[in-house]
Amino acid sequence: MNWVTTPDRSPMRFLLWGLALLVLPLLLQSMGNAWVRIADMALLYVLLALGLNIVVGYAGLLDLGFVAFFAVGAYLFGLLASPHLTDTFPWIAALFPLGLHLPLWAVIPIGAGLAGLFGVLLGAPTLRLRGDYLAIVTLGFGEIIRVFLNNLDNPVNITNGPKGLGQIDPMTVLGHPLSKQLDLGWIELPSVTLYYYLFLAIVLVSVLVCYRLQTSRIGRAWVAIRDDEIAAQAMGINTRNLKLLAFGLGAMFGGVAGVLFASFQGFVSPESFSLMESVMIVAMVVLGGLGHLPGVVLGAVLLSALPEVLRYVAGPLQALTDGRLDAAILRQLLIALAMILVMLWRPRGLWPSPERAKTLPTERQAA
Amino acid sequence: MSKPVLQVTGIAKRFGGLQALSDVGMTIHAGQVYGLIGPNGAGKTTFFNVITGLYAPDAGRFELAGKPYQPSSVHEVAKAGIARTFQNIRLFADMTALENVMVGRHVRTGSGVLGAVFRTQAFRQEEQAIAERAQALLDYVGIGELAPCKARTLSYGDQRRLEIARALATDPQLVALDEPAAGMNATEKVQLRELIDRIRRDGRTVLLIEHDVKLVMGLCDAVTVLDHGRQIAQGSPTDVQRDPQVIQAYLGTGEH
Repeated sequence: MNWVTTPDRSPMRFLLWGLALLVLPLLLQSMGNAWVRIADMALLYVLLALGLNIVVGYAGLLDLGFVAFFAVGAYLFGLLASPHLTDTFPWIAALFPLGLHLPLWAVIPIGAGLAGLFGVLLGAPTLRLRGDYLAIVTLGFGEIIRVFLNNLDNPVNITNGPKGLGQIDPMTVLGHPLSKQLDLGWIELPSVTLYYYLFLAIVLVSVLVCYRLQTSRIGRAWVAIRDDEIAAQAMGINTRNLKLLAFGLGAMFGGVAGVLFASFQGFVSPESFSLMESVMIVAMVVLGGLGHLPGVVLGAVLLSALPEVLRYVAGPLQALTDGRLDAAILRQLLIALAMILVMLWRPRGLWPSPERAKTLPTERQAA
Repeated sequence: MSKPVLQVTGIAKRFGGLQALSDVGMTIHAGQVYGLIGPNGAGKTTFFNVITGLYAPDAGRFELAGKPYQPSSVHEVAKAGIARTFQNIRLFADMTALENVMVGRHVRTGSGVLGAVFRTQAFRQEEQAIAERAQALLDYVGIGELAPCKARTLSYGDQRRLEIARALATDPQLVALDEPAAGMNATEKVQLRELIDRIRRDGRTVLLIEHDVKLVMGLCDAVTVLDHGRQIAQGSPTDVQRDPQVIQAYLGTGEH
């Protein structure tokens, strides 16, 4: 079968990858839990990038407000699994005398659903927009959500404003709260490592879902819309519905990532959901390789881990200049430099979809 | 004569101060290759865009295979059964040739997100059928071996063929080709002519817009000539060729 990119399905390679991913946190935790934490955040960014890849990579809709869906998921879990609502509203406290502690498995679908709904809400009025114009509207949408979170502490305190929501429950898997260390006898797994395994499982499922969507009737229709919207319509594709579907499904991934983020941190505040985050997620997708899953994953891992790794590079460099260069600024500088170099040398991304085509002697571009 | 596939009457379309089409109508019968010709700016492509739903008409009655249809949205028209190609080729450049044709099957298939994610039996069967049909259509237009190539790497003539294969994939009642011979060399034109002839022999109905009068005259069963948005002649190619109004439109009057 030559019509789908069949990845190398040799079981040996799968096994090795699986083993490496399982062992990785154990190696990292021996260097310190901070390293596992970096891996955890990288996995969350992979999830976000996978979601955005559906919108930007497949359907070709530039969304600069993606972090809004991340925020929706995070605040949903923050509200449903922290004392904030019961403390603020006596009637909720009366309804739930033990406090609101919705379990993870209930909140993940709700978070996905709510974020998906927001995705469709954002998509519906922007259907006619394309390219730069769409980017501007989505950017505004992302900011609106953040501003709301910042200000909805007045007159009724829903989001607790800039102070954020704290004391969010950790996730509990098989009766074991992931915030506690798990002693297996021969090895001790700290909280961050447990979260790593949970995130890894969710990311793997998400990659599979994305891959299956991509190689389906729906995925082809998205790419068709991206390549030529009018031709796609002429083929009978209902572009309105499919764009909404892309917005909704993409947002769902963002929502799930948000739920996981909230319980992982135990705290959410509006400043985690700034425009810069949206830009970074777009950068991950574009830098990795638009619409190509391995590239998107690579981009997310690199861009989320690189700043942390650069911390260790920036230190010595700072010492070199007698402390005149601020470490944070230096890091930004190095990341910017890395991005510029990638875009110069690999304009289609670090790991773009392969050119399967045998190039024929007569080359003429489609008009 | 066999039953009409497309029957349109009284189509009018105005762009601001320009009356691009006024009172244009035609009846295309099943199994015909119907030619639409006219000098530059005569309104051929506008007519095309109106019947395929790209432009909303100001007036007109539309009937496809005996059923009235309103060309209000492009994808609805495709679903109703008109498939088109474009004057300036519009392929899905980053998809392979095969995937391009597979997209054409979209409108006649129905699996959704859940089927795709869970790879249900129905999904896999449908996907298999789509791929097989697409490959068969690529073979049909003569570019079967180019299936794994990205559309943008195909030669110009092959891109034209691919666009026709993609249009055929929607199981259309009417295949509408917008200047398929534009930019082709003599050999490619002969091959194109054979292909269109073959499509007709297989019982399909074709509407052909063309500049190349020779191609139209040799191929079409009936012809409509447009000039300045008006229909100036209609009939068999030989009749139309002798029509003084047509000669005047193409060659001018000689009075200046």
